[in-house]
Amino acid sequence: MPRRKLAKGPLHSILSEDWADAPGIEQRLQPECFSDLRLDQIVAAVIAGREAYDLTPIFWAPLPSVEAIGYRQAVFRDFEAPAIATCVTSFAERMRGVRALLEQSRKFYFPLQKQRLHLDAIGEYCRAVTGLSRAMAEANPGSRGLLEVRRYLDDYMQSEPFQALSAETGRLQTDLADIIYTVRIDGKRVEVSRYAGERDYAAEVLETFAKFRQAEVQGREFTFRSRPEMNHVEEAILQRVSRLYPEIFSGLARHCERHCDFPDPGIVAFDRDAQFFLAWLEYLAPLKKAGLRFCYPVVSERADAIRGLEMFDLALARQLVAEGGQVVVNDFELHEPERILVVSGANQGGKTTFARAIGQMHYLASLGCPIPGREGYLSRVDQTLTHFEREERVETLRGKLEESLERMRVLLERATARSLLIMNESFDATTVSDALYLNRQVLRQVMQRDLLCVCVTFLDELASLSEETASFVAQVDPQDPAKRTFKVLKRPAEGLAHAMAIARKHGLTYERVKERLKP
Amino acid sequence: MKAHLLYRDRDLFPSGEPPERTSRSSAAFRERASPVGGESPRMTDLTRDLALEVLYEAMAAGDAYLHEVAKRVVPASLSDREEIRYRQAILVDCVSHPEVVRRMYAVATSAIDRERQVWGWTFRHPEVLVRRCVQVLEIFRDHLGQLRGIADAQSAAFRSEGFTTLFAMLARELDDAFLGVMKEHLRRLQFRDGLLFSARLGDGNRGTDLLIRRSSTPTPSLRERATDWMHQLMGSQPASYVYELADRDEAGFQALQALRDEALASVAGALDVSTRHIRGFFKMLRTELAFYLGCLNLRERLAGKGEPLSLPEPADGEFLLQARGLYDASLSLSMAERAVGNDVDTGQARLVVITGANRGGKTTFLRSVGLAQLLMQCGMFVPAEEYRAGVCKGVFTHFKREEDPTMRQGKLDEELSRMSALVDRLKPGSLILLNESFASTNEREGSEIARQIVRALTEGGIKLLVVTHLFDLAESLLRSPPGPTLFLRAERLPDGHRTFKLREGAPLPTSYGADVYARVFGTNESSASPVQGGAIVEDRSGESEDNDERRADQS
Repeated sequence: MPRRKLAKGPLHSILSEDWADAPGIEQRLQPECFSDLRLDQIVAAVIAGREAYDLTPIFWAPLPSVEAIGYRQAVFRDFEAPAIATCVTSFAERMRGVRALLEQSRKFYFPLQKQRLHLDAIGEYCRAVTGLSRAMAEANPGSRGLLEVRRYLDDYMQSEPFQALSAETGRLQTDLADIIYTVRIDGKRVEVSRYAGERDYAAEVLETFAKFRQAEVQGREFTFRSRPEMNHVEEAILQRVSRLYPEIFSGLARHCERHCDFPDPGIVAFDRDAQFFLAWLEYLAPLKKAGLRFCYPVVSERADAIRGLEMFDLALARQLVAEGGQVVVNDFELHEPERILVVSGANQGGKTTFARAIGQMHYLASLGCPIPGREGYLSRVDQTLTHFEREERVETLRGKLEESLERMRVLLERATARSLLIMNESFDATTVSDALYLNRQVLRQVMQRDLLCVCVTFLDELASLSEETASFVAQVDPQDPAKRTFKVLKRPAEGLAHAMAIARKHGLTYERVKERLKP
Repeated sequence: MKAHLLYRDRDLFPSGEPPERTSRSSAAFRERASPVGGESPRMTDLTRDLALEVLYEAMAAGDAYLHEVAKRVVPASLSDREEIRYRQAILVDCVSHPEVVRRMYAVATSAIDRERQVWGWTFRHPEVLVRRCVQVLEIFRDHLGQLRGIADAQSAAFRSEGFTTLFAMLARELDDAFLGVMKEHLRRLQFRDGLLFSARLGDGNRGTDLLIRRSSTPTPSLRERATDWMHQLMGSQPASYVYELADRDEAGFQALQALRDEALASVAGALDVSTRHIRGFFKMLRTELAFYLGCLNLRERLAGKGEPLSLPEPADGEFLLQARGLYDASLSLSMAERAVGNDVDTGQARLVVITGANRGGKTTFLRSVGLAQLLMQCGMFVPAEEYRAGVCKGVFTHFKREEDPTMRQGKLDEELSRMSALVDRLKPGSLILLNESFASTNEREGSEIARQIVRALTEGGIKLLVVTHLFDLAESLLRSPPGPTLFLRAERLPDGHRTFKLREGAPLPTSYGADVYARVFGTNESSASPVQGGAIVEDRSGESEDNDERRADQS
């Protein structure tokens, strides 16, 4: 009998409320932008240790609507409350225990052992469900997703079959735990009896010599090869113990037979889905501790103005925090009609990182996750498309350019007015005039398709291409022009200003060179 | 069971045992035994500045363990007068009955050594460990009996509280009844009636919590076994069921041995703990006796060459010191002849400023005070005919460092950081010995630094003995002392001969003028320099080089 029927109505997933979204809620194919945006690294780190839950497909599927994003964000907010995270974590831990016990029980052949493992699995399951339900009621979640879980759990817990299962399991476990038996080994003879109050000899020894104690002494500890299976001597002993307590052991056999398939599918699904939220928040925790900010972005279908404050590249930040480094955060803001961020400025000055951060921000927002940054107002993005210069060896320059343009063509074909395109030094491998030409052409198409676009380039001219472009510049330290600050600010492209500053530092400006040439 | 020969109410080492002899690092010790703020830098500075190593060698007389204990007990000063007197009384007993003390030490040492000789490789099998422990317990039982014998025979002859208590404790705890119980355990641990253990059903119904039980009933008789069988046959519930291994079931016997081992783990652990407890007791006893044995050894050395030793009188902490014939024991131990003794009485003074001839015994005097103070505060006799001193909260030294030629540049820096570290640890009532501190910079700077420090420390209730060449400093302290101050001066007879005696006396100005004059005009007999302005011109021949070097450093 499927347990699902016990509750009043089926359980919605906490990943998505709308059954219509369900088929797309997980994807089996990694989006192409993943490696360019380093989302692959991020996700790998997020799910590390949770491989058994198979969470990646969730990360590969942007949500199809603003409502779906809101639903998941609300669940995330609930999970941020320590009470909820803790209770779900301990629930998950117990469910892992349940699976491990069932697995063992399946593997063994000695009935008295199989039955006990199965019984303990049921016991652990009941504790898991009861604990979760109780803690959930106490934690008082606010999201529709978790309220639904709470309601479902309440119904399930109060159902008669669960009550009976829990009570009988508990009784059997107590009875078994109370059994104490003795074994006397004398040569080849093994005698199994009920325990009759014989004194603990080790305690007696300790007591005799305790008066010599000068300080806490750690007695030698022995570790015995932990083999979960029993050998035939142990089985023989257990068999005799079962004969000493026949009622308990026959009760055990009956119980296991009756409840061979006990976990509720809805609860099993929740156990898995919850890991998505826990995993993400756990990944953010050390970064939060390091002082970085995260936010729930306000996501609209099409916003007039978008902005992100104090955002950063998550993958890089994770690495920097681990190494004890400083993470530089950046802001961006676009107002209609601006749709294209043109990022120029100092070489190695953080332009790509800035672009990546914007890409990550949009993608992660479309998963309903809290994202890097203090504040975010974003448009929902259906696809994040990236055009990064590839390392692959292509025989000729022409070949390489062709390959690059071909990729761009595919991207543009796929793009919709909801898509984000990130171009990172595209067509870099050509002459300046070619690069300028190609970029202009592509950006024109971008404008035609009304894409949101980030364009990282060394071509200042692109910054003032039209009223849709907004110029962002990677900054250097004004005191020491050779020092990069990794700050990117919205301001007109600077042309040669940066190069002149470096020249001055080396005493190679016009005046300085003339001066130095003086005898 | 505690010996409590070092403290009335506690062990030397809270952990019960001194760190293993093999471990050279004293880090463990610093944490374990620092009753009076004995931190590492002070420890090493003290050892170096007061030449304590020489003293330890004499106390050890070739026994590395005695050395180890001396090194740990001596610098860890007592700050309570009662505690000092407690040790002093025990020491007096030791001096009256040295042979008894040495015998007890020998019993403790023998117990420890013989245990170490009992085979002992890895004990993966509890049953093997049980057998070893039984052997060790046999040895310990014998040695405990010996201790008891000494207590029975000697307790009447000892007077001190420490020994009286110790002997009473041994007689009480190691009485015949206890030695009998020990014997009974040794018999029972042969397990002649088979191995009885209890268990519970653990994970997957595997037996767990295996505990050896002492059976109250012997093994069932043949008749009882028959009854069991009858029960089984008739379906009624008997008290036990029997399983018997087939004779050739080798896997079965292995499984049985594994079970025996798992069951014996509880007893093996208990025996292991118990033997360690008893060993700990012997070690503790050895440690505490070792200190007094060291005192006896030192006494033999010094008394042997006719040096005086006396039981000091610990006085109120306000008082500094009063001594007659006070000499530097470390110095005496390292030479054939007797060391020169000094008489001193600080009266009201809490600051002593010592100036005077170079190599005139100033540093030696400083050392003798530091050493006597340490010895008094660890309950020992002191190298003096008479010694009365206030108990201070730790003895600290800040001596000029001669070495580290590579660190010339940072010398003052080094001195200051060392001083700063000391200041962190000083408390009102501490004693600090300054030996030519801050001489690594020029006199004016050095004096100003020292003046401020000395004044601050004195006003902070610290007792100071200051040896200095800085006339500017000494003179200003004379002019406006920060409190009652005693000025001592190393004596130099008019013929230039040094007596190594210190006399009360104000600091004398030194005159470079004379030296310069002499050099410029080619006069070599500086001892013939005339009296200038009523003060004797000091013999600087030993120092002028230093000063030249110093000036050179600064240029």
